[in-house]
Amino acid sequence: MTDWRHHARANRGILLSLAVFMAMFTLYVANHSAGLTPGVLLTAANKGVLLALVAMAQTLPAITAGLDLSVGMVFVLANCLAASLVQGTPLQVTLGIVAVLAAGLGCGLINGAIIVYGRLQPIITTLATGAVYYGIALALRPTPGGSISEGFADAMTGQVAGPVPTMLVVLLGVVAVVWLPYRRSVVGRAAYAIGSNETAAYLSGLDIRRAKLTAYALSGLLASLAGLLLTCLTWSGEASAPIGGTYTLNSIAAVVIGGVSLFGGVGSAIGAVFGAFVLRTIEDLLFVFDLPPLWQPLFQGAVLLVAVSLGALRLLKLRNRLDVYG
Amino acid sequence: MAIPPPLLEMAGIAKRYGGVQALTDAAITCHAGRIHAVLGENGAGKSTLIKIMAGTVQPDGGEIRLEGTARRFAGPADAARAGIGCIFQELSLMPDLSVADNISIADPPRRFGLIDGPAQRRRAEAALARLGIDDIHPLTPVGDLPLSRRQIVEIAKALARNPRVLILDEATSALTAADVDRVYGLLARLKAEGLAIVYISHRMNEIRQLADDCTVFRNGRSVASFANGSRSDDEVVEMMIGREYRHMFPERPARTVPPAPVLSVESLGWTDRLRGISLTVGRGEIVGLGGLDGQGQREFLLALFGVLAGMTGRIAIDGRPVMAGSPRAAKGRGIGMALIPEDRKTEGLMLPMSVRDNLTIAALPALAHAGIVDRAAEDEAIEAMVRLLQIRAGDLDATVAALSGGNQQKVVIAKWLLTRPRLILLNDPTRGIDVGTKQEIYRLLRGLADEGAAILFYSTDYDELIGCCDRVAVFNEGTIGRVLAREQLSEHALVAAALDIAGAAA
Repeated sequence: MTDWRHHARANRGILLSLAVFMAMFTLYVANHSAGLTPGVLLTAANKGVLLALVAMAQTLPAITAGLDLSVGMVFVLANCLAASLVQGTPLQVTLGIVAVLAAGLGCGLINGAIIVYGRLQPIITTLATGAVYYGIALALRPTPGGSISEGFADAMTGQVAGPVPTMLVVLLGVVAVVWLPYRRSVVGRAAYAIGSNETAAYLSGLDIRRAKLTAYALSGLLASLAGLLLTCLTWSGEASAPIGGTYTLNSIAAVVIGGVSLFGGVGSAIGAVFGAFVLRTIEDLLFVFDLPPLWQPLFQGAVLLVAVSLGALRLLKLRNRLDVYG
Repeated sequence: MAIPPPLLEMAGIAKRYGGVQALTDAAITCHAGRIHAVLGENGAGKSTLIKIMAGTVQPDGGEIRLEGTARRFAGPADAARAGIGCIFQELSLMPDLSVADNISIADPPRRFGLIDGPAQRRRAEAALARLGIDDIHPLTPVGDLPLSRRQIVEIAKALARNPRVLILDEATSALTAADVDRVYGLLARLKAEGLAIVYISHRMNEIRQLADDCTVFRNGRSVASFANGSRSDDEVVEMMIGREYRHMFPERPARTVPPAPVLSVESLGWTDRLRGISLTVGRGEIVGLGGLDGQGQREFLLALFGVLAGMTGRIAIDGRPVMAGSPRAAKGRGIGMALIPEDRKTEGLMLPMSVRDNLTIAALPALAHAGIVDRAAEDEAIEAMVRLLQIRAGDLDATVAALSGGNQQKVVIAKWLLTRPRLILLNDPTRGIDVGTKQEIYRLLRGLADEGAAILFYSTDYDELIGCCDRVAVFNEGTIGRVLAREQLSEHALVAAALDIAGAAA
């Protein structure tokens, strides 16, 4: 087999989710009364990038065969923090942003430390810490409110270089500065190795603790970045359990649609980004086809089922029944 | 002339796992430029010794000296940095990562702190070329490779770190004959380069051929070290099992008329892997499957057991045509088949479950009334099997993972015997198992055959096929090349038939 086939095979999750997204987005734009205007693009980007970042946050633990159920709550906590801290002079705004992101990183580090040093299962650990983070958010902001620096919020939700949504640029920046180097770093490679076969990774002399800590810490960081951007859209903070829960579950769905294996070892955050876009575009499609928005969960569920079933298609041509379990 | 200090020296090593003393006062001395074979039954302490060498297990006492300096290895990474490379019996590969990723996993080439893909790929190509392998693409995910290729990658991975001490733990058990030759050639070169090689194998002829020094382990102690060739095979085996070495293989009954066939297969085919296979196995017969590894023997057994879909041809049991659609159907009353799989850890056992639960899992329907398991009957069945196979398990309620390899294999066999099979398929059941347990398995198989079972026995060990089988069907590229009768069985004939060259009949 030639190299490009190997590369295509390794990235088929990305390619497939990209293709599905492009098809859905084209359908959306073609049926939109305004067509592809900068405004339409801006709205789509502002809605999509938040989930895309949370999905990226979910990808990192998923690669190590873990799961982070606290991403949605870190997202909400960061939203509440940003609505209190990111205001005032430019210096104060900057410090506020750093504080919000540091809080997210800290939440992720706590998750990672409990999982690594306490040897607890990721799901139950992050279920518990997620509740704790939500509790803190609720204590900070018992009722919705607060505000964010208008200049910063406008900049983030606006456009640069003409029609390009800033949010998309931020997302691209995160992919370029966080994901791509991580993917090619030793610690990132170790994360894939752990998800693929943890015993073998240990026997190969890899630093498993560092890899897991890094994965969860980065996960917290990315979730808090999404929370910060959410504040830019809503101009306030709200400790909302439904928002946190929905983002957690949608991030898992996005990761799966993007070709990341929940068994670990396979997938890419870029696939997860397109997975998130696919989920978001469903909402827009319901809108342009004038369907009641109440149908959204049903359609999202159907798309998720189809995505998972695609993985099962290979079973149809299965000649060796043992491969089902392989 | 000054004698250089040994490269690796271990003395007085002790290790306890819970209540089991795995090693007591174990010692081994390995020199640069020599191959040191470690022999011993399973449970003799070889694996523990190696795990201590490779840093995955910490000793309770004793001393490890590397080039005369006392060392302690905190973990595998530490031992690897000190120059100790290990090729594990349980493969240490990550299936979702590519061959190149795996080979460089611990210390990938980097540029600006990030992994350098092209350099990593060149390194993988060089490592494979060093082994003389050109049929593995470095970008293939390891999980897509067959077992024999994976083992090659495992070897390349250990070598990529340029170790000074190389440990091979049953490293050739899954290799094809051609690859084994390549590995031998490589070992000779590494030896000339001054590596100390520690070699563990259950195949006596491999050790005879390769080793310079030998150390025999028994019950956690190193009982003797000697230069290879200075003791006879019988003496070595006696040292290993600590009792007099009786004849390895049980007597075969004399036969005047061919037995009534239990299984008859007619022109069986499956994709391009099995072609026109016809074979009968009679009552009380042990029929061997021979040939090079990966010629369709495994698929043939899986086909009979109902695992493969889309087969052509006919299979009959006791003259009645059957085509099992699943293992569940194959083990059922009408067919009565059992398959002892290749890999006991992944295909044979539920490792976290207890010995007890593993033993009865396949026979549960027979031990249950209206879906409720009859505990008394279950206990009785378990006791009978533990007695019959002499399964050495301290506690039957402990997890099966805690047993030694040989005893695990006995549990797999016992599990299937409880279903009272008429036709027993075995897929290389003695791989990585000690001599004593092998002998017990041979005797057991012959006993089952004498009681009327028909047995199909695939083995990669020629001695075993020659010693155990009534006939051997030699596979070649998915079809049966030749069937050798008992009188024709010799290593020469088997090799010749496997390679499909003339002289098999001689």
